[in-house]
Amino acid sequence: MAILRHVSQGDPVVIYGVALLALCMLGGLVLGQAIGLLIGVQANVGGVGIGMLALIAATELLRGKGRLKEISQQGIVFWSSIYIPIVVAMAASQDVLSAIRGGPIALFVGGLVTLACFAMVPVLDRLSQREPEHTIEESENRVDD
Amino acid sequence: MIEYLDSLIIVLVKHDLVTAFAVIGLIVWLAYQISYHLTKGRLHGSAIAILIGLILAYVGGWLTGGKKGIADIPVFAGVGLLGGAMLRDFAIISTAFGIQFSEIRRTGISGAVSLLLGVSISFFLGASIAYAFGYTDSVSITTIGGGAATYIVGPVTGAAIGASSEVIALSIAAGLFKAILVMVFTPWVAKWIGLDNPRTAMIFGGMMGTTSGVAGGLAATNPALVPYGAMTATFYTGIGCLLGPSFFFVIIRYLVG
Repeated sequence: MAILRHVSQGDPVVIYGVALLALCMLGGLVLGQAIGLLIGVQANVGGVGIGMLALIAATELLRGKGRLKEISQQGIVFWSSIYIPIVVAMAASQDVLSAIRGGPIALFVGGLVTLACFAMVPVLDRLSQREPEHTIEESENRVDD
Repeated sequence: MIEYLDSLIIVLVKHDLVTAFAVIGLIVWLAYQISYHLTKGRLHGSAIAILIGLILAYVGGWLTGGKKGIADIPVFAGVGLLGGAMLRDFAIISTAFGIQFSEIRRTGISGAVSLLLGVSISFFLGASIAYAFGYTDSVSITTIGGGAATYIVGPVTGAAIGASSEVIALSIAAGLFKAILVMVFTPWVAKWIGLDNPRTAMIFGGMMGTTSGVAGGLAATNPALVPYGAMTATFYTGIGCLLGPSFFFVIIRYLVG
């Protein structure tokens, strides 16, 4: 972080933003891999999610200290604005043919599970929303008492 | 003439990533034109772009017999790199820029609950359908249940408990189909399931789980929701791979003997 302390106008700071993003991702993936090893799973557990948390923490910290210059932010913002094209490229490189050729069982499993999970979202949403509302009402009642 | 065409193709193949930028740019432009002029903006441009991508992926698979959609055609190989896991995850992480910790902390628990519930519902529903279709051995049922979670959980689970390659392929197909459905239909069901705020997006990510489905579906619904959904979704496959060959397998084995 000492690097970011002395930036002058002409410094190539955009790459600092990209590098910060890269470090967050690599750190997250390494941790995710370690968690996977620890619990004995052949997969990266939450590596990308940890990377996101690391990026939020790093940028909040640096911005608080005024060290995240406008231009090095561009190095991160560029990637988030190219996100949709990347998703389009991802869609174009899916194995759509074998998904369809998987036959009726694959279609049934994929279709019904997707439908059920969609339907569960508002249910869980409402369940989790009720709790904080209750605590507010309770504390208000206490004031009335 | 053919010589010129050949040298053009050589240039495109040699610079495949740059070709991919141009190709994807063209697809996105086309999609937004269709969105404005044919649907008057009712169907979001990125939803159409993803749909075009999926159709091209089908054509690519049909032409080459490969598994990477359009990217199996040498000229479009760069699309596979651009849309591959590395750059996809890089872009997903970058979307977290600008969101605040307080937002995530507020949803923390419901996000975690949605993850466990999402994996379990997908798994047991998938397993039940496998049973209904005549699979009676616990290994096949568990593997197909894993595929109902994501197309990674299926094969990882199947490999761990010794499923046949036919069943593993089936579980991948089920997971792929789920990812595609989530990509395509999220914008349509968004209003119905209240998907218009960070909290619901985090629950949605944990419930659906498929990173590519959630990433594509939320991008086509409202790009501002992407980081929240992606955050929980990236934990889903890991949890599925943990529970599939262990906890879920034990339960299925107990149920079907």
